[in-house]
Amino acid sequence: MKSLKAQLHSLSDPKVEIDVLEQRHPGGSENDFQSYLERIGLFPLRPTSLEIFQVNVGKMCNQTCKHCHVDAGPDRKEIMDRDTMALCLEVIRREQTLNCVDITGGAPEMNPDFRWFVTEIRTIRPEIKLIVRCNLTIILANPKFYDLPQFFKENGVEVVSSLPYFTAIRTDSQRGDGVFGKSLEALKMLNAVGYGVEGSGLILNLVYNPSGAFLPASQTGLENEFKKKLWERFRVMFNSLFTITNIPISRFLDYLINSGNYENYMEKLLASFNPAAAAGVMCRNTISVGWDGFLYDCDFNQMLELKVAAPSTTHLRVWDTDGLSSRPIVINNHCFGCTAGAGSSCGGATL
Amino acid sequence: MKTYYNPEDLKKFGTIGELQKSMADKFFAYYSEVFAEGALTAREKSLIALAVAHALQCPYCIDAYTTDTLEKGCDEEQMMEAVHVAAAIRGGASLVHSTQMMSKIKEISM
Ligand code: SF4
Ligand code: SF4
Repeated sequence: MKSLKAQLHSLSDPKVEIDVLEQRHPGGSENDFQSYLERIGLFPLRPTSLEIFQVNVGKMCNQTCKHCHVDAGPDRKEIMDRDTMALCLEVIRREQTLNCVDITGGAPEMNPDFRWFVTEIRTIRPEIKLIVRCNLTIILANPKFYDLPQFFKENGVEVVSSLPYFTAIRTDSQRGDGVFGKSLEALKMLNAVGYGVEGSGLILNLVYNPSGAFLPASQTGLENEFKKKLWERFRVMFNSLFTITNIPISRFLDYLINSGNYENYMEKLLASFNPAAAAGVMCRNTISVGWDGFLYDCDFNQMLELKVAAPSTTHLRVWDTDGLSSRPIVINNHCFGCTAGAGSSCGGATL
Repeated sequence: MKTYYNPEDLKKFGTIGELQKSMADKFFAYYSEVFAEGALTAREKSLIALAVAHALQCPYCIDAYTTDTLEKGCDEEQMMEAVHVAAAIRGGASLVHSTQMMSKIKEISM
């Protein structure tokens, strides 16, 4: 499977995606995300404090999952260079309110400077929570990655990995043939060095996202089920399960439209709009950095190329703490994915 | 093509109160209490509903509870097993009546 971009697909153009989100929105503009926020007094949406610095080090990936909001894949060549990483490091050093650096992709490990970046972050901020979003199969993709579990351990990395379900049929239908088997193998390698093992202090969290046009189940219930099944069937351990709602952009948007589920899915998100979840959306305490150093409110806005609306800066080169903290967050109808039900963020449900 | 069943009608379920409000209100209040977390989990209730929907062969309920069970974290295997429970009870309900037939045969046969 190729990325939408390599297919020259119209939905690889963010303008087309935004057009779909606006023009085909159920209920029209009176029911857009802005009007929902206005009704609860949250518009314009403002940041609370800067706690999470999420760095997307590139769109290159060894997988091509059907739902991927990054449109990542082996054919994507956009990756962050060392100079841009150095600019990230300056921000991480300077911004003392940051308590978490979250490295994502693509498969971040495919960036040739990935290990350098991780070790530098650890040196600069020995105490900070350092997350790597690891797709698991990368660990087995090439012998040079076999030692990743050990590398993560040495650098106190918290590993967050996607596993849509504890069965092969569901996992492979979303992430590709054979992914489930390889993911289990990788999980066992992580367990072997202590990840997910009680008392080790090494955190391994899993991400569940629905394999289709429906909302995720309750996080606690599903976490128990995952723990039980993964242990009984495969002797695999992990710490927490994050349930994440699929955001209607990129390849998931393409799936929704092609399968005739777009309107129904959006109606469902609207009907499940939760004001408390809206108050707790992750863009209020996050800055997301793209591979080329541009700044965004979140990884989804990044993929829609909606840069931060701070007048003084849109790029790491001119970091302006005050300008960023008073910016209005850029929203559109994809945001309904973050506010449905128990809320959704890169750390799972928010409520 | 005109059909008796239209998926869009499912969304209109809530409007049945337009013709009889107080009964509809009571029904929906009852309905939501039934499906709330209780001695049975909401997930277990959803699977029961899915099975009953198949026993009643109600396309609206099958539509609604297929989505609902998925959203309660059930998987394909569990859902199909629930439908088999419905099928087994339906089949069993027919078959167990054959004991009546057998008695009747005895009664009227030499
Ligand atoms: S969802 Fe993750 S693993 Fe899958 S293609 Fe996208 S970046 Fe790669
Ligand atoms: S999609 Fe991004 S900007 Fe919109 S609510 Fe979610 S985190 Fe915030």
